[in-house]
Amino acid sequence: MAEIAEGGGGGHDKGKKRAKKSSTRVDMTPMVDLAFLLLTFFVLTSTFSKPKVMSLVYPAKPDPAQEIEPQKINNAITFLLTEDKIFYYSGQYYPVNAPGPKGPTVLEETDFSAKGVRKLLADRNAFVLKGKEGLDKKLKAKQIQDSTYLRMLVDFKKDPESLKVLIKTDDKATCKNFIDLIDELKIAEIGVIAPVDILASELDLVNQKIK
Amino acid sequence: MPKSSPSIDMTPMVDLAFLLVTFFMLAASFRSSEPVEVDVPSSISDKIIPENVLLVTIDKGGRVFFNLSDPEARRELLMNMAGKYKVAFSEEQINKFTFMSSFGCTMQELPGYIEMPADDRKNLNTTGIPLDSTNNQLKDWIYYGNIAALNSGKTAFEEAKLKGDTPDPNDFKPKFTLKVDNKAVYVHAQNVINVFRDLNLNNLNFITSMEMAPL
Repeated sequence: MAEIAEGGGGGHDKGKKRAKKSSTRVDMTPMVDLAFLLLTFFVLTSTFSKPKVMSLVYPAKPDPAQEIEPQKINNAITFLLTEDKIFYYSGQYYPVNAPGPKGPTVLEETDFSAKGVRKLLADRNAFVLKGKEGLDKKLKAKQIQDSTYLRMLVDFKKDPESLKVLIKTDDKATCKNFIDLIDELKIAEIGVIAPVDILASELDLVNQKIK
Repeated sequence: MPKSSPSIDMTPMVDLAFLLVTFFMLAASFRSSEPVEVDVPSSISDKIIPENVLLVTIDKGGRVFFNLSDPEARRELLMNMAGKYKVAFSEEQINKFTFMSSFGCTMQELPGYIEMPADDRKNLNTTGIPLDSTNNQLKDWIYYGNIAALNSGKTAFEEAKLKGDTPDPNDFKPKFTLKVDNKAVYVHAQNVINVFRDLNLNNLNFITSMEMAPL
């Protein structure tokens, strides 16, 4: 039987031998198709940058049973955030009915440009920024260790001369505004950041400014 | 002789293609499908998101979603929550829950939510996790989530210690992160932050996208 199968056409013997001697090349097209399909899939679905986080330590909630005297803040600046604007005043807050030595508090407006908040904070927090510059130089010259550098930087930030920042928001402020401001504060190396509730009279001041 | 074949040698191209495929396969971390799209603000911070994380998402409408990264902790958390709110879960539902991403529904809706296909979850009309003073479910999620994540972190720490490393126990403690939308009103975020602060968890992290620091 095998003979029959083989002897189908004796005259084709030559051709058969030639066919067997075909090249060793395989048609790679389907494999390439598949490879590129997978490649496209992975390129499109993968995310490379892991999300970053910015940490912010909130002050602990005061014990309601304990009466806390409102602290006198010397070197502070208070930011008031609303929809897309940002106001600030320095030092203590004086309402209209109880004006301080320089009269009631007046709000000033600023913005998120490099000449706005960033310059304001850099000027006001020059003490810490200068201190940091000095530390940076010492670190570069290897006069101090990394851990010493960090400790001294924290000391600078805690110093009474460093700027403290309070943030108050009204009900129209967006999260973007808030995070942008925190970001600016981190750039300016502000050590003490306290998000606090806005007072009704301050809210009135802001609303007057918006109008 | 001049009758060259029309096929080209594709070997180098295939080599390259497979090299790239391998690279992307190994380098890729998959975006888990979240029930909401959140457009996060940018900051100069370059701190990478920690491993053991408790995440609260706030979308632009102010809806609140909750997520816990560790699957073991999620199991423990769901058990505790089921006991507290007297909602029964089947074994299968618990297993599904441990591998779910963020969720934003009330405890009562949760069994139905778990059964749902992932695509339906995106279109679901939920109000998020309630956090008003009469029905503060978010507080319980955070409270029990913190306990569960602390426990799982402790076991992970012990395991790392057995391997002979000298790990920092703080690396294994749960970190509290907030993912807020750019357009969300800050008051919504403040409500969530107040829940954290009520539980005396004051160290919060905001998820941001990277931005170049000014020189």
